[in-house]
Amino acid sequence: MSKLGDLGARLHRGEVGYDFVGNRKIWYGVSILITITAIVGLAVRGLSMGIEFQGGAVFTTEKTSVSVSQAETYAEKASGHDAIVQELGNDTLRIQISGVDTAKSDQIQQQLAKDLKVDADTINADLVGPSWGEQVANKAWQGLAIFLVLVVIYLAIAFELRMAIAAFVALIHDITITIGIYALVGFEVTPGTVIGLLTILGYSLYDTVVVFDSLKEQTKDITKQNRWTYAEIANRSINSTLVRSINTTVVALLPVAGLLFIGGGVLGAGMLNDISLSLFVGLAAGAYSSIFIATPLVADLKEREPQLKALKKRVLAKRAQAEPDDEEPAADGSYDDEPADATPAVVGPRAQSGSRSRGRGGKRR
Amino acid sequence: MAAPKKGRSASAQSKPGRALALILIALVALTGGMFASGHTTPRLGIDLAGGTSITLTAINEPGQPNAINKTNMDTAVEIMNRRVNGLGVSEAEVQTQGNENIIVNIPKGTDSEEARDQVGTTAKLYFRPVLQSQVGTGATQTPSASPSTSASGSGSPSPSSSDGKSEDKDEATSPESGDSASPSSSATSQGRALTDALKADPTPSGSGSASAKASDSTSPSASPSVDAETQALQAKFAALDCNDPKQRAEAGKGKTSDVVVACGEDNGSWSKFVLGPVGVDGTEVEKAQALLDTQSGTGWQVVMDFDSKGEKKFADITGQLATQTSPQNEFAIVLDDEVVSHPYVQAAVTGGKAEISGSFTQEEAQNLANMLSYGALPLTFKESSVNTVSPALGDDQLHAGLIAGAIGLALVMIYLIVYYRGLSVIAIASLLVSAALTYVLMALLGPAIGFALNLPAVCGAIVAIGITADSFIVYFERVRDEIREGRSLRPAVERAWPRARRTILVSDFVSFLSAAVLFIVTVGKVQGFAFTLGLTTLLDVVVVFFFTKPLLTLLARTKFFGNGHSWSGLDPKRLGARPPLRRTRRSVPADPKEA
Repeated sequence: MSKLGDLGARLHRGEVGYDFVGNRKIWYGVSILITITAIVGLAVRGLSMGIEFQGGAVFTTEKTSVSVSQAETYAEKASGHDAIVQELGNDTLRIQISGVDTAKSDQIQQQLAKDLKVDADTINADLVGPSWGEQVANKAWQGLAIFLVLVVIYLAIAFELRMAIAAFVALIHDITITIGIYALVGFEVTPGTVIGLLTILGYSLYDTVVVFDSLKEQTKDITKQNRWTYAEIANRSINSTLVRSINTTVVALLPVAGLLFIGGGVLGAGMLNDISLSLFVGLAAGAYSSIFIATPLVADLKEREPQLKALKKRVLAKRAQAEPDDEEPAADGSYDDEPADATPAVVGPRAQSGSRSRGRGGKRR
Repeated sequence: MAAPKKGRSASAQSKPGRALALILIALVALTGGMFASGHTTPRLGIDLAGGTSITLTAINEPGQPNAINKTNMDTAVEIMNRRVNGLGVSEAEVQTQGNENIIVNIPKGTDSEEARDQVGTTAKLYFRPVLQSQVGTGATQTPSASPSTSASGSGSPSPSSSDGKSEDKDEATSPESGDSASPSSSATSQGRALTDALKADPTPSGSGSASAKASDSTSPSASPSVDAETQALQAKFAALDCNDPKQRAEAGKGKTSDVVVACGEDNGSWSKFVLGPVGVDGTEVEKAQALLDTQSGTGWQVVMDFDSKGEKKFADITGQLATQTSPQNEFAIVLDDEVVSHPYVQAAVTGGKAEISGSFTQEEAQNLANMLSYGALPLTFKESSVNTVSPALGDDQLHAGLIAGAIGLALVMIYLIVYYRGLSVIAIASLLVSAALTYVLMALLGPAIGFALNLPAVCGAIVAIGITADSFIVYFERVRDEIREGRSLRPAVERAWPRARRTILVSDFVSFLSAAVLFIVTVGKVQGFAFTLGLTTLLDVVVVFFFTKPLLTLLARTKFFGNGHSWSGLDPKRLGARPPLRRTRRSVPADPKEA
């Protein structure tokens, strides 16, 4: 761990780091590729919609000695429709029959109970009309739209419009990736999936907000210096919050993984599994996008502002002089020389240092 | 270093004990409240406890584009509630969800099939003539056997096509029945009068026969056995105890052509009735409205419009009733076998419009109007989903959820311990406080707002472990950054706080926003999830502010943490802090004083 701690320190100091912003074109490319794959996957394979979206019935039995194939025959005979039977943990069966309406499913349940020689009361029945899933999905889209609008407004106020736009893009990106993975892998989409997807919204933004917060802080008076460009400081922000981002993502993923592999694994398919699967995929996508997409995008957008364009020019001009001993015309005098040119693209300004920050801290209160 | 600071965070800094005490007192108080109220476990949703959950979605009928509104949904809930709980299930709950859904939760141990049959079916609204009525309850002194017979017979003449004649017969019979029943009935009629809204128009009843035919055919043939039937009916009437929910549920059942006994509520007490064959079907009411009669000052009244068929039948039946004396001049509005109102008739109502006036409150009038205009249910519903869960499987799910939660929590703890060492004590303590608060609140919210822990809610709570831990990480990393800057722990803790606080608030706000939007917009299972997520996000803020931060402030004063013990997670050396180089410190132009 000491190594990791050390890495954290070096990241913090800017001694090491990955040039996220500098290499953004690569990552944009990766993301565009993923997005295209997702869209193609969606178009070609489509989503495998769960029973909730087609209408049908899912029966879950208690322990039974009937085999899967036998149960399938029984179920198809009882319903006259195709049935999918899965064996869950401890000898219970999950029988899924699509296309039956809720009225008819009662009979099927009775028939199944007879065939499988179990008490009808011990059979779980989940009967869904065909439009129910649609309604859930419609509400979900509605929720998504409202949330996006609100969050863009909020972020535009709390941070600024460009950050809000970048966060928005990153969010869309997460959702696209998640849906794409569902299409490509063929995971079943259920209301649980929709829940998970919607949760990602709030969650994926968490990391983004952490990075943006640091970015906002570090670029507060960016135009008053001409040592660093916005993009460099942005990159520095990502690196200095990298440990935080990784930690929050890991910690968020752990319980979800618990849900996915233990909760879901024991019981087989079910609500727990559906939610946790989409959360798992979405969280990973969210962490990726907040680091590789959202912040570089902010840098891109910001550097279009005239004053930041001018700043970049100044910084580059100054570097061209290649004279390390330039005094900054910034508010404070007496700087030491930063050995910055060793890793110029990566190193950014330190967030604060001892007495000055303390002074500033005093001012803030 | 921390002590002399002023401002907002001063109190939190100088008196961390106070905040800690506050949250611990709150926790103890809530836990105490939980035990005091006797609800020590969260109420379980159907999917965990076992039972049947039915989701009904209102369907837009052609020609009634605005029928799906709050009033109608509420009326539907009320009616369904009556139906399910009429089964003798007191715990069944019926709620609206979203704008167009009604969720009916029937706990385990109920005949869910019967419940399903009851809940979704529409319309069982009838107008039946009152033959006999009695306020109050319990077994009665048996009234003379004759009234019901004669009254049921009174339906039979009507098919003979002329109303006038039948009235004679009715008149003839009324005194006999009036005798025994009138003392009580005068109380029940409550001064509600049905008046003719339009001018009289003696319509011969072609359709009146529809209701009367049955009795027509039975009464002559039954005449030898009339007494037996009558006596049976009288015995039934006498034995009927409307205070008994079971008997009440049984009462009122019978074919539309039968004479039945039924219960009805009048001002809080139950009355019982003998009712004649159905005169008008509820579906024959075209619409009904509650109106405030400002002219005559009679207050709220209900105005009904019948369709052409109903108009004729109603004219018939009122024509007959108007000539009778109380209570046989009343007709009962029977909804789901229960008498909801029984106005008396002053004159034959023809022309298809009728007013029911009386001492209605606005709400009563509107309710009645709603029931009248839409048959029984104001809307048509279809079953969107039915979820039957056997208690055993619900149990399994709950266990799996709890195990998953415990494992998730353990994994997070292990990660925190490995990564943060001593600091993890604070994080874990905070997580536990958070978990305790969540549990207690869930238990208390069950009785308070009907919160039920369902599977998605369990899921939400597990996911929230991550959210809660995230806040600590943001803060801890901030503190470590400060230490890396060369600060000693105590000032580092204080300096890191304002920034971490902002980050935590912003990101929690975003989380909460998503939960709130989800909760408001979505339906079904999603809501439970969103609710838990929102609740835990709020608790996260509370715990971080009132527990984690003060605790860290306190512990920073200890030797172990304060001196940066190598296991404290705050060891400056391990964190790679640079010695505080007062002179040669480097500074940064991007971070000047002016904000």
